[in-house]
Amino acid sequence: MGSSDLLETKEATPVTDLNQTPLYDLHLELGGKMVPFAGYSMPVQYPMGVMKEHLHTRSDAGLFDVSHMGQVMLSGASWEAVALAFERLVPMDVLGLADGRQRYGLFTNDAGGIEDDLMFARRDDDLFVVVNAACKGADIARMKAALEPDVTVTPLQDRALLALQGPAAGAVLSALDPAAAEMRFMDFRTLSLAGVEVWASRSGYTGEDGFEISVPEAEAVAVARLLLDHAQVEPIGLGARDSLRLEAGLCLYGNDIDAQTSPVDANLTWAIQKVRRPDGARAGGYPGATAIEASLAQGSDRKRVGLAPEGRAPMRDGTQLYDAQTGGRLIGQITSGSFGPTHGGPVAMGYVDGEYADMDTAIWGDLRGKRLPVRVTALPFVAANFKR
Amino acid sequence: MKFTEEHEWLRVEGDEIVVGITIHAAEQLGDVVFVELPDEGTVVSKDDEVVVIESVKAASDILAPIDGEIIEVNSALADNPAMVNDDPQGEAWFFKMKASDPSQMDEFMDEAAYQKFIG
Repeated sequence: MGSSDLLETKEATPVTDLNQTPLYDLHLELGGKMVPFAGYSMPVQYPMGVMKEHLHTRSDAGLFDVSHMGQVMLSGASWEAVALAFERLVPMDVLGLADGRQRYGLFTNDAGGIEDDLMFARRDDDLFVVVNAACKGADIARMKAALEPDVTVTPLQDRALLALQGPAAGAVLSALDPAAAEMRFMDFRTLSLAGVEVWASRSGYTGEDGFEISVPEAEAVAVARLLLDHAQVEPIGLGARDSLRLEAGLCLYGNDIDAQTSPVDANLTWAIQKVRRPDGARAGGYPGATAIEASLAQGSDRKRVGLAPEGRAPMRDGTQLYDAQTGGRLIGQITSGSFGPTHGGPVAMGYVDGEYADMDTAIWGDLRGKRLPVRVTALPFVAANFKR
Repeated sequence: MKFTEEHEWLRVEGDEIVVGITIHAAEQLGDVVFVELPDEGTVVSKDDEVVVIESVKAASDILAPIDGEIIEVNSALADNPAMVNDDPQGEAWFFKMKASDPSQMDEFMDEAAYQKFIG
């Protein structure tokens, strides 16, 4: 991969072809630098800049607009009907999810690859699903094809999604609705913020404590302003969202996991509960179960690992990894790489052949024709700060 | 001071030309976290990639503005890349060149023209 000229002007998608979230005008008012992302015009950063936005989220709290993501409600005759139907699409324990709890999930394909990653929460007898922006059309089609007519699949196009992340998030939200204080990591409940009913989960994509808040579109700006009014809350763009999630060791769909990656390669087997594994009460029954069960049994020949370049130079996605400083063998590739502002140096993750996946293995990354040392490391780079 | 369309500034000091990036470029790049400088003594042609600048988000190149030899680099930038954001048109110069053909300087913009160029 090459670097670009100093201020490369990318072929801009015509503004008229881009979707806007309900917060678009607020982003402009806040000085957001708008870029095309997954078909939306989204703020990559605000005047504070990526570095300070990242550090502020880890020290105080940041507000992210993630309304480009897909929100979908599934409903049916009963919770059992909805949960068992959804289990035909994901290798997760859905039926066992208690009301008001959320879980991480994966849509798999027949080859055992990952079609998307998602969050799902039980809301009474319904299932509230949040999927990636770039995949949402395909995800909705997949759910409709597999689940209807017994389960109704309703894309919630009239709702915005905000993420409030950082150590101050709990105090900020609890001041608006004390019920937020009682929520633990991965709880999901309805809150009332200055009279606006919202659905909040205590989760996010930064490794920090925080909430994702689904808000009716018409109230989105009012709720965002309410949160931004707090002295500790700053608006944060997609640039810092990416460096925060990378330090937290969280996968970006399309970079770190994709349709050719199995959950076993991706080190996401923790997300497949026992009840859905071989000998579990509801084993298999999802796309690619045979392939995934085989790799669960045999292990995989490549693994997703944390990668710490030892110098100061960031190694970006696409960087090739070798087992020697000269000659040697191509043993893997970086799938996400950046500078980690909290880590204070370059951070990366990627895939290496199984024999190089042990912690502290010394390997080399090819950076502009030079092989520079990289250490295989545990993820995350920055310890998670969840409210368990 | 002269300015290029690649957002570099050039300052003539005797028979040396000092090269850096503009305030506008530094603002657009955002927080610089890494700078890779060329070796002193490298002979370069106009538009050769001579410096790599990395921000949190991306890597960019600085191109040689003219033909010549790199006679000195600002090695302080390697230890403190944030200088590029703090003082791009002062302390944070990148390298000094000896021009093969000083007339190549004639095509570059003055400050007023550069300000107009960036709008």
